[in-house]
Order: sequence, then structure tokens, then C-alpha cells
Amino acid sequence: MATVQLKNVKKRFGRTEVIHGVSVDIEDGEFIVIVGPSGCGKSTLLRMVGGLETISEGEVCFNNERVNDKEPMDRDIAMVFQNYALYPHMSVRQNMAYSLKIAKLSKNEIDSKVSDAAQLLQLEPYLDRKPKELSGGQRQRVAMGRAIVREPSVFLFDEPLSNLDAKLRVQMRLEIKELQSKLGITSLYVTHDQVEAMTMADRMIVMNAGNAEQIGTPLDVYEHPQTLFAAQFIGSPSMNIIDAAVSGGIATLASGAQLPLHSAVDAKAKIGIRPEHVLVDEDGPLQFHVALAEPLGANTLLHGKLAGADDAFTVSLAGVHKVSAGGPAIRLSIAPENIHLFDAQHGGRLT
Amino acid sequence: MSDAQDTAVIKNDPLPGMVEKKGSSLWLTHVLMLIGIFFVFFPIWLAFVASTVTQEAIVTPPMPLLPGDHFLENYKRALFSGVNVPVTTMLLNSLVMAMGIAIGKIIISLLSAFAIVYFRFPGKSLFFWMIFITLMLPVEVRIVPTYEVVAGFGLLNSYSGLIFPLIASATATFLFRQFFMTIPDELAEAARVDGARPMRFFMDIVVPMSRTNIAALFVILFIYGWNQYLWPLLITTEPDMNTIVMGIKQMFPSGDDTADWPVIMATSILAMIPPVIVVVCMQKLFVSGLVDSEK
Repeated sequence: MATVQLKNVKKRFGRTEVIHGVSVDIEDGEFIVIVGPSGCGKSTLLRMVGGLETISEGEVCFNNERVNDKEPMDRDIAMVFQNYALYPHMSVRQNMAYSLKIAKLSKNEIDSKVSDAAQLLQLEPYLDRKPKELSGGQRQRVAMGRAIVREPSVFLFDEPLSNLDAKLRVQMRLEIKELQSKLGITSLYVTHDQVEAMTMADRMIVMNAGNAEQIGTPLDVYEHPQTLFAAQFIGSPSMNIIDAAVSGGIATLASGAQLPLHSAVDAKAKIGIRPEHVLVDEDGPLQFHVALAEPLGANTLLHGKLAGADDAFTVSLAGVHKVSAGGPAIRLSIAPENIHLFDAQHGGRLT
Repeated sequence: MSDAQDTAVIKNDPLPGMVEKKGSSLWLTHVLMLIGIFFVFFPIWLAFVASTVTQEAIVTPPMPLLPGDHFLENYKRALFSGVNVPVTTMLLNSLVMAMGIAIGKIIISLLSAFAIVYFRFPGKSLFFWMIFITLMLPVEVRIVPTYEVVAGFGLLNSYSGLIFPLIASATATFLFRQFFMTIPDELAEAARVDGARPMRFFMDIVVPMSRTNIAALFVILFIYGWNQYLWPLLITTEPDMNTIVMGIKQMFPSGDDTADWPVIMATSILAMIPPVIVVVCMQKLFVSGLVDSEK
């Protein structure tokens, strides 16, 4: 059990700074997901918490105690790697027992801990197999088992599900989340998959190019994205961004269409509209030309352009709609509270 | 699980890419193979025949082509009295030398490759290239200075003198380095998280994972050590320290004495047996160590 604090953590490789100062307070037992596109520094951040990368500047504290200079083994962490990193020449049992053996626990203690973990993860039938005789999902479970037998105070997951197929990923996602809440161990989980981030996180850190763009609960990030990047990265399909001039509670688009807003700011701004918040409305202010329709069953995605604008615009309508490309323009409207306003220059949220 | 079954199925079928031959070409390949075997095997056969007959039978032409009835007598004489020294002594010397060289080379190469791959230290690439460059200096090239050094240490006529100058191996170091670099970094990191210090990681993870490579190298290095000729010839002057490969040469008399051919031939045959045993016993590991990509 531990709290984790990152205080303005920076990482430089030579002269290139790849993480520009991330600060976050993680409570005991919290499940934090670090999400971002590849190359944003999320794995590096995790590895710095784990002690596998040195920290160039700033502090990592466990329970308010600075751990910057501690070896990974002295930090009381366990890590699950993307490729599982199971020891190929050891059986499942030996893999799980290895850290306990090093810690010089008695044979009885090791046996009971390993069998407890195996039971929890339904690995009992496979204890004497070698990793290469297991399927991807089973290997993933062994990697989890190796982490939980140690009863660490912090779990680190480095994209643990990205080598699994889609169906198994959904199942393992639930299992990991369930296991974590059962054990109540503080966890950091790195992923590039925003669905994993949304479903698993107590709070998420949205990373972009070495910066933490937003730290908050999944719904908070979805409903109140603090930056343009967070707005577009979270949510599928991603948010539509349109240039607009805002004054007196009205946003005026390039085409001249006017959208009422729920707050009054005066600025040249970008407005963000989630595809699922768009309504079909005979008297709506927006005219939408469909270029491509994707019927998904539960909803229908329409890709196209707004009249008078060149940027792609996507609409997601619930249920089945028979719309063909190149037909007459559809009129759309958006509820004022569903329009997000961002600063045109630096992308910050305007309330 | 399914992997194991798949390979089992594949192994029952002819290997993909192998051409199945029929008719005359089938016979032709077999005839060629038999001719090849005959060429390689015939001298060995002659040596064996010569080791089972009497001295008179060898020196009176034509030379016999079928084994005689002095097998036990000749081999007993070779093993327990020999020409200068009993062959058992020479076999033992060779065994100590070959094992010493093979095991020593493997330990040193494993450790140096481990250092080169897993540690960052100043001059790392310099050291690596220095080791690599010694590949260009076989024993024969550096034999005179090495002899000076060994003589200076008073190691002539000793096992240490036979083994130590041949114990460093750039080839084995290089081979282990290449293998270690294929071990994913995450494994080292997982071991670090699990609490393994570097040498623990080396003993528990790296060495067991390299076992097929170690076996393959053991076979090569054992034969290398066993077949050393020039170096033992230089530094062993007492017959008691002769190794068998050079000992055979020492059995030839100088001047006008007649050579004891049946005993010399019996010694040659005996000299071949240990390497053959090593190769046959470790064949499976040897092949998989050189070929297997699955670690």
C-alpha cells in the first residue's frame, strides 16, 4: 500500500528533453492510466517510477519518501511488461516463485503464495508448463501472477494487453481491473488505447509530446477536456474542431452559420463538437454534406464536410439511418452545453 | 501447446523444400555418398586393421585388408605399456587438457560477453574490439612469446602450461555476445524488478538460457583442445606429460629402429574415440545450439 507522488519529473536523453515536467499525486489504491499516442513519453514516465530509467530532474516519492536513487528491487514495485518478459526456461511455478526465492522466503511460504496467486488467476492447471506452451492470454496471466505474488505496494503495467487479440483484451481488461480493486494496490497503467483508459482508470493522465495535458477522471476528461489534444484524443470518433469567431455568447463559423453558446467570451476560438452530440434538426444552423456513411448497427457514422468549410466533419447518429453519399445537405444543431471552446492559439480550454 | 503439436506433425513429413528423387538420380546420389564415405573411412579402416595384426603382417606386402586376431594383445600393450609411456597416461593428459580448455574457455567467454553486453563501462567498445582482434592471432602466430611467458612462470610440463595459454577465446566471446543481444531487454528488467542482482541474473537466467549454445561450443572446443598438437609438443618434454595427439608422433623412433606399427595404430584409434563419444552424445544439443532460433 502506498501513495505515489511525482514532482515535476523530467527526463532527458542527452540534450533532448522527452518529458517536460509531470506532477501528480496518486492516492493509495488508486488506478491511474497514463494514455497517449506512441512516442509521447508515457512508457518512459512509467519506467522512471519503476526505477528502470534514471530521473533527470524532479522527484518520485513513495509514501512521501524520495526513491529517485533506489534500485527497482528496493522500491517494492512489480511490473508487467508488454511482451510479458517471462523467463523462458522456467516453468510457470518457477517464474512466479523467482522473486520470492531471491527474497529468501521459506519453501512453504513460497508454495502457499504461488498457489494462492495461481488460484486467483486460474493458472493452477498450468503451473508446471513452460511459457512457450501457453497461449497469449495465459502468459499474460502468468506475468500478472508474477507481479501479485510479491504483494508489492505499487503495480506498474506497460501496455500489458497490446499483444492480445481484441476479444481477449476486453476480457483481460475486466480481469485486471477486478483484481486491482480486490487487492487494493496502487497501480499505474500505460496504454495507447483510449477505451482501456476510459474503462479502467480511476484517474487518467493524458500525455502528449512529454507533457501531461490533463489529469482527471475519465468522465471529467471526456466532458471537460482542458486542451485541444485531450479533447481529440479521448472519445471515438474523435471530436470535430472548427474555427469560429466568438462574441456575445454566439459562435460564428466561416460559413456564417451561428451557434448559440452557454457561456460568453469574446475571442477567436476553435469550437469542439463531439460527433455523438450532433442532432438532426430541420431548423438547425449547420448544413452538412455527406461523403461517406458507415452503418455500424448501433449507430451510423457520417463523414463529410460542413457547408462553407474544408475540414472533415464526422457525425455519429444513434440507430440505423439510411443516408447516401452526395444527397441533399442535412441540417444539424448542437445543444449549447455540448460545445467546447478552445483558445485558437495555444489550444487551452475557454470556459 | 498447439505449437508443440504443429512441429510434431511437420517432423513426420519430409522437410519442406526437400526434393524427393526417384529412379536413376536416387541411385546416383547414393553411389556418390558411398564413394565419399569410402574415401573418408578407408584410412581409418586401414589403421584399425593394422592395429589388430602383428608387426610382420604389416611390413610384408601386401598389406592385410581384414582384421587379424591380435586385437586384444596390441591394445593391451598400447594402453598399459606403450612406446615411451602408456597410452592411458596420454589419454588422461589429453582429457585434462581438452576439458580444461573447453570449460575454461566457456566460463571466461560467458563472463566477458556478459560484461560487454549488460554493463556500461568506460572503454567498453575498445575492450570488445581488442578481444575481437585476437581472432587474428592464432596460437601458432604468438607461440614464441607465449612460450617465453609460460617458461618464465615455470609452467613447462604442467597442466597449467597446457591449458592457460589456450584458454581465452574471442570466437566464443563473440558468439555469446551475439546470443545475449537476442535476449530481450525486458527480461533483464524483469529480473531487476524481481530483485536479482547482476550475477544472480547471470546464473539464474542468462546461463540456463544459453545452455544449447554452451553445449555446441563445448563440442567444438573439446575437439579443438583434444587436437592441439604444436603447443603440447613445445612445452611438454617429459613423456609423462605427453598428450595423445602429439604422443603418436613421439612414438616414431628416431634413426634406424623399427616402428611398432600395431601399437601406434592402436593408439591412433584410441585417440579418436573420446572426440567421437563427445560428438555422438552431444549431437542433439550441438545441432540445436547452432540452428535453433527458438530460445
